[in-house]
Amino acid sequence: MANGDRKLAAMQHGANGRAWQSDAGVPAGNGGIASTGRTSAGQEAGPASNEHPHDKAHHDLESMRLMGFWIFLMTDCILFGSLFATYIVLSGNTDGGPTGVGLFELNGVIASTFILLTSSFTSGLAVLSMNRGDRRGLIGWLAVTALLGASFIALEVTEFMHLVHEGATIGTSAFWSGFYTLVGTHGLHVSLGLVWMLALMIQLGRHGITPVTRRKVGVLSLYWHFLDVVWIFVFTFVYLLEVM
Amino acid sequence: MAHSAQGGHRSGAETHASHESHESHGSLKSYVIGFVLSLVLTAIPLMVVLNDWLEGTRAHAVLFGAAILQFLVQLIFFMHLREEKKPRYNLMTLLLGLIILVLIVGGSIWIMTYNQIG
Repeated sequence: MANGDRKLAAMQHGANGRAWQSDAGVPAGNGGIASTGRTSAGQEAGPASNEHPHDKAHHDLESMRLMGFWIFLMTDCILFGSLFATYIVLSGNTDGGPTGVGLFELNGVIASTFILLTSSFTSGLAVLSMNRGDRRGLIGWLAVTALLGASFIALEVTEFMHLVHEGATIGTSAFWSGFYTLVGTHGLHVSLGLVWMLALMIQLGRHGITPVTRRKVGVLSLYWHFLDVVWIFVFTFVYLLEVM
Repeated sequence: MAHSAQGGHRSGAETHASHESHESHGSLKSYVIGFVLSLVLTAIPLMVVLNDWLEGTRAHAVLFGAAILQFLVQLIFFMHLREEKKPRYNLMTLLLGLIILVLIVGGSIWIMTYNQIG
């Protein structure tokens, strides 16, 4: 019931509240989480007559949100592009200090590459489970993806600790500044994705597969595939190129 | 509490019904093909570098080629770029993003290469 109260409070708070209402309003009308007296009365007046245009409008809104997220991904792509450009331009400037080829331990990096690739695949399996309407499968595959993502982060933190221990910190030289900024930004993205995935799993457990959670899972899996793509380029341009 | 439990149940049934109308985003087959391809495309440059199969420009070409192919595999098999309906706004945004990306990366390298003092 706390949920319903919060929703009413949100409705009274103008545009923001109304956006939230339209978010949850459709599944609520069709029997979702917190249908207030007013919405269910409205639905009962003519469920058959207004279901179709309503659904379509909602679908359009959700696909618009997916599109918006895609545009964000492209701007994120440009962010990573700038960091790649910085890294590549600075890659020779080690200031006589430690170099990448001397310190990189490829085994851990290879392991994390395959871990992230697999997690990209399992996030796809989560979407497939969702398309089948299988909530347990969806949450299960998201959990597998999150575990793989967490092991990726653990490997990255271990690697950074090893590098710092060997005397290569972010302030050591221009090369290491570029390296930590690029790889660290990617790691930060993965960590944020993990928090997001956890929140979404809780939401799916509570609300089930609704048009809103469908869109959120779709967006999250896009984000995860994108991070995998970025990592492939980090792996190629930072690690393989340096070791070669 | 009873309210929310009932709601959850009904929304579950609702999604089952509305499923048929949704376009399917990919199949298990396309995900498996994409996964295998991406594993192969990761293994190839790795083997080239670890075993010193190729050197210089050729090795670079293999590395860059594999990365770009990997990018395409993820776009097509995982992100379903080809299933987009017209007008293809996602593709257009992607192309705009890539143009800016290439300008930033290529331009920075180009300028800084010819900007060395000495």
